[in-house]
Amino acid sequence: MTVDRVAGVALVLIGLVTLWESRAFPLGSLHHPGPAYMPVLLAALLIVFGAAVFAMGGGAPALRDVGWPEWRHAVAIFAACAFAAWGLERLGYRITMAVVVGFLLLVLERKGWVLGLALTIVMAWGSFYVFDTLLRVPLPRGFF
Amino acid sequence: MLETLQNLGLGFQVALAPAVLWYGFVGCLVGTLVGVLPGVGPLAGISLLLPVTYGLDATSALVMLAGIYYGAMYGGSTTSILMRIPGEAASVMTCIDGYAMARKGRAGPALAIAAVGSYVAGTVSVIALMFLAPPLAAFALRFGPPEYFSLLLLGLLVLAYMNSGSMLKGLAMAALGLLLGMIGIDQMSGYFRFAYGVAELGDGIGVVPVAVGLFGLAEILLTAGQPNPPEVIRPRLRDLLPSRQEWREANMPIWRGTAIGFLIGIIPGSAHVISTFVSYAVERKVSRHPEEFGRGAVAGVAGPESANNAATSGAFVPMLALGVPGVPVAALLLAAMMVHGVTPGPLLIQQDPRLFWGFIASMYVGNVILLILNLPLVGLFVNLLRVPYPVMYPIILVCSILGVYAVNSSVVDVWIMLGTGVLGYLLRKLDFETAPIVLGLVLAPMMELSLRQSLAMSAGHYAIFVTRPISVALLSVGVILVALALRPLVSRTLDWRSRLPAET
Repeated sequence: MTVDRVAGVALVLIGLVTLWESRAFPLGSLHHPGPAYMPVLLAALLIVFGAAVFAMGGGAPALRDVGWPEWRHAVAIFAACAFAAWGLERLGYRITMAVVVGFLLLVLERKGWVLGLALTIVMAWGSFYVFDTLLRVPLPRGFF
Repeated sequence: MLETLQNLGLGFQVALAPAVLWYGFVGCLVGTLVGVLPGVGPLAGISLLLPVTYGLDATSALVMLAGIYYGAMYGGSTTSILMRIPGEAASVMTCIDGYAMARKGRAGPALAIAAVGSYVAGTVSVIALMFLAPPLAAFALRFGPPEYFSLLLLGLLVLAYMNSGSMLKGLAMAALGLLLGMIGIDQMSGYFRFAYGVAELGDGIGVVPVAVGLFGLAEILLTAGQPNPPEVIRPRLRDLLPSRQEWREANMPIWRGTAIGFLIGIIPGSAHVISTFVSYAVERKVSRHPEEFGRGAVAGVAGPESANNAATSGAFVPMLALGVPGVPVAALLLAAMMVHGVTPGPLLIQQDPRLFWGFIASMYVGNVILLILNLPLVGLFVNLLRVPYPVMYPIILVCSILGVYAVNSSVVDVWIMLGTGVLGYLLRKLDFETAPIVLGLVLAPMMELSLRQSLAMSAGHYAIFVTRPISVALLSVGVILVALALRPLVSRTLDWRSRLPAET
């Protein structure tokens, strides 16, 4: 299976899901389009393009040849970001960012404690002070 | 001509008054910072500082807010070039070749070219604004929904044709971006589409979280865990100035970007973003070495950066001449004028010449301030690259999350950034370009609205698109582009785009 064929299948699937979900809105007619008209049109186009990418993708590189050496790191960074999104309004900006930066620097990148802690404090508390206190951009406060 | 120069003299008297000059400087400085920070665009910056101007006179307030606007256009290039994170949406195209130049050890010249290009474009387009505003505004008024639809369709076709991979893949990505743009409340019927109960999606998916996700987060996910981490670029301060060859390569793209940006800027819509895409596409098309685009082409920085600054002045044409805001930022500036008791519209020039010409003159002064501010600071920004990537990327992540969250104070935007980050990561792995997704997202609401308005105008007849001269001219160019893209399939000649590298 080549990368283009995988991508082509994915595009067709996205198009099909959109078509299915568009049933919830009136389609209207060709001359008087309803709210589902444009999504259906675009989904149909995506299916056509996806099918064409699949059909013409025989000569593309094989999927197994794509290297994924960074996947563990990528998953860890994604998890840290997901934690930030989850915790921002529950734990507050400062605690959430301290956990995220601390995890990335001290656990994932294994930087020294002094540098790691200093950057954690600067990024979590310093950026909060600059944006929330000085520039009055409201950031979630959390427990304190 | 003489009268215009006399009026300009009056404008300079106003703009060079110490108080106005000070507020112009503050606006430019804040705007540059706003542009540098990923996610905090000019709209958010002006919104946040609008209440601060209530105590000022109308001219100072307008000059300061406009300074934030074009300062952000300057500053947005910095993070694009150094970190591959667009400071604001109009800097998306600069990420491609600007970052590639930085990776080749030419970060300083890239920043300097962006600053000089922005200065030239800003100054030239203000001159153009001064002399051409009335006739150009009249031309833009001839654009109705059919012309808009044809223009937007042409914009997408141009982008797909010019992208580094196949046109098919470019169109597929544009369609995906357009589909993302369908999320939210349908402007004509009020239906809440594809929101699944998430109220924050009512206004649709924002460009900022998508751009930061596709360009910033995806880059971090791809790069941070590489077994051989990228070499940390350590440019010396004396290497900041571009070489003579780089100046030569930047010269014409700056002028072309200026013309493209100003003309597109007049047309209401997301002019900055569109102008950078068109400028990039044109530069790649006219280049003798299109294969260098994506690998650090100087023209790929000079053209789009000039275009987005010229578009800023262009966007002021309908605002000043007609009192019609072409872009959301202009709407905020008009709101600021009304707060100060100034009535925007065609009579503004007669009724309040000091404000009108003071504002025009302040744009000249602002461009000089920005050049003075930005060139010395280039060295400061380049020093960011001395920080090792494992230390740098957590800082970038915090800035990205903060910037994305701060736009709407919405955690949903952070989730959107995460989702598009993963999407961008996978697409880059599968050798797809992600820039057309952003343009599709920006254009989707305008495109749908103009299509449905056109059909409402013509009682459902699609012939309206081919019976209006401007529309048919735009569509004809689109048809020619598709025919050119299909030609290699027929003639089996090798398409020049097959020699281009994928966006890296």
